[in-house]
Amino acid sequence: MAVQVPRRLRRGARGRARSLASLAEALLTPHGMDRYLELLDPMLVRREIRGVVTAVRRQTADTVTLTVRPSRAWRGFSAGQYVRVSVDIDGVRRTRCYSPTCSEHGGQLELTVKAQENGLVSGHLHRHAAPGMVLGLSQPAGEFTLPAPRPRRVLLISGGSGITPVLSMLRTLVDEGHRGEVVFLHYANTAADVLYGAELTELAQRHPGLRVVLAYTHERGGDLHGFFEPAQLREVAPWYREAQTYLCGPLPLLDSVRATFGSEGLSEQLHTEEFTPPPVPADGAAHGQVRFTHSGREIANSGKPLLEQAEDAGLRPEHGCRMGICFSCTKVKTSGCVRNARTGELSPEDNVEIQLCISVPVGDVEINA
Amino acid sequence: MTGLQDRLTPEQVEAFGREMDELRQRIVADLGKEDVDYIQNLIRTQRALEVVGRGLLFAGFFPPAWIAGVGALSLSKILDNMEIGHNVMHGQYDWTRIPELSSQRFEWDTLAPAENWRHSHNYVHHTYTNVLDKDRDIGYGILRMDEGQKWHPYYLGNPVYATLLAIFFQWGVMLHDLEVEKVLKGERKVSELKEVRARILRKAGRQLGKDYLLFPALTGPLAPLTFLGNATANLTRNLWAFAIIFCGHFPADVESFTEEETENETRGQWYLRQILGSANIEGGKLFHILSGNLSHQIEHHLFPDIPARRYPEIAGEVRAICAKYGLPYHAGPLRKQLASVAKKIVKLALPGGRSEPSPEPEPATVKRERELTAA
Ligand code: FES
Repeated sequence: MAVQVPRRLRRGARGRARSLASLAEALLTPHGMDRYLELLDPMLVRREIRGVVTAVRRQTADTVTLTVRPSRAWRGFSAGQYVRVSVDIDGVRRTRCYSPTCSEHGGQLELTVKAQENGLVSGHLHRHAAPGMVLGLSQPAGEFTLPAPRPRRVLLISGGSGITPVLSMLRTLVDEGHRGEVVFLHYANTAADVLYGAELTELAQRHPGLRVVLAYTHERGGDLHGFFEPAQLREVAPWYREAQTYLCGPLPLLDSVRATFGSEGLSEQLHTEEFTPPPVPADGAAHGQVRFTHSGREIANSGKPLLEQAEDAGLRPEHGCRMGICFSCTKVKTSGCVRNARTGELSPEDNVEIQLCISVPVGDVEINA
Repeated sequence: MTGLQDRLTPEQVEAFGREMDELRQRIVADLGKEDVDYIQNLIRTQRALEVVGRGLLFAGFFPPAWIAGVGALSLSKILDNMEIGHNVMHGQYDWTRIPELSSQRFEWDTLAPAENWRHSHNYVHHTYTNVLDKDRDIGYGILRMDEGQKWHPYYLGNPVYATLLAIFFQWGVMLHDLEVEKVLKGERKVSELKEVRARILRKAGRQLGKDYLLFPALTGPLAPLTFLGNATANLTRNLWAFAIIFCGHFPADVESFTEEETENETRGQWYLRQILGSANIEGGKLFHILSGNLSHQIEHHLFPDIPARRYPEIAGEVRAICAKYGLPYHAGPLRKQLASVAKKIVKLALPGGRSEPSPEPEPATVKRERELTAA
């Protein structure tokens, strides 16, 4: 261990650093320190979180695995949570959520991204990720986490790229020297699609309490064959009724596992995480619900611009020109898709700013107003 | 004076509006990385100028260093306010979804808080451009800048007020948001302005603190020189911004409108009003950048949310469309526009105005149309 610095001295130094930082902020008003530091090096930012890619590998043909070192504002995450990752593509900052696959212990992040068909961000990362690339990161979020103290028996089920948050849980448990029983049940199309196959096998060899079960849905040769069936549970984890189960994967897998646990009255012990891709808007008549989260109002989408719909719902959102020029009506759309009435452009992404007066909801939409 | 409504026939206005919409659409579809790189490079240049300028003032005892420092800092403030701040806060880069370029989050290096200005400028001025009694930028509640403003002996001081406004422009912009004249007229209650005032106090405190307390204090014995240097940089920016803005709106031929004229305006009529109510300043590339491309005031007023670097590229087309519809396109070099504004400021100090309508020929297009129907 390094030399112990007396408490008081340490606090004094930290206090000095803090007052220096606030002096710098005052001198650099109105833009703030980060806007200057990033010009020297994007990773120097103090308030925002960025991550620099330090290593890239491609485990399967359509995935890319990145090792990322976060900047100083990163405060760590809990296994199972996700972070928002941003990259600039053609001048536009795009943001997607990814669950780190690494253990929550250790300052690095590991992200595995599957290139989705027509996936803007995943495709970009798959093609262009290289060491040195700088990503925007958020603090972690999400409730899909292991409880403390850790359960003695843990069943982790995943399908396809849904492996990411549960692998993080597994690696965390291993790092913590978990003494109980863990079963890791993973569904993949074929052996070639299994992410982290070699590491999983190796982990299972080293840890007697861990059993890794690979199920292939499209070919034989795995520990199991075919899609999820309740009987498989009894086979791989006969104690699953006394365990906590964590599940992440495509919707059909989620549905069938949920149904099984539901019918046995075990829903409380099943924890799930869904990755829903941005909805593909259907054209035609107005449908869906518009929710204004700040005020808690909700109305049926009438197909009018959101500003009018908000007013119809009895709200008085700030606005000016009502024609898209003044930006007074800008609010954050937390989920759903809107069409820009002036350009026809769709924005299906979550957490983007939109102008209420020229945005028409396409299906369900949630606005922070 | 020709009313707004009889400029073009309703069909013409509509066709004209459509052409403008199409032009806009084409640029919007073309926006991309180059536009972002442009503004980010400009931001980098501005930050570098600022750091260099502030740094040089630490050697302010050496006159060339002081002068260079003030120069760099003035340029930095001009870029920050004009091509960066003004344009970013218009939402020109909101499509990038980059938080630092978001109209809602940007804050600029001047006394007026962004939040207040977004209301008074983006909304009030850009929606009601040159509509008397609605556009508070006509004379800023201080000057008589339009013949439609009723004369009062107070306006004898017009040239003096204009000079003072030019010198203290950032203060003027800041106080403008308080809408004092509306309070005096009883149209607004003082209590309604609590938030605006609180924001002003907060922002102005920080701005004044850094320019007139912290930086001078840090330079120790040079404090008076640094103070003076910062004041000079602010002054330079003030005079420049005043000149550019006044030349964009108040040269002789620019028109103003009444509320009745602009009631139930269509999009085409709105575009039309923007053209008649603005004027361009001719100049080189650097001049356009330093003016925040407000030298392309006409294009800016037509498309306030399109990145300003695109204005020069579409100016020719806008001009051609104006020619096609027989509309004026006010433009001239800075010298000429400044002289025209100065003349107006002096002339309007004295009584006179709309009571004596100047005989003006009927607009060409309408006449041609009538002749056509007659034929
Ligand atoms: S109200 Fe002006 S942009 Fe929406």
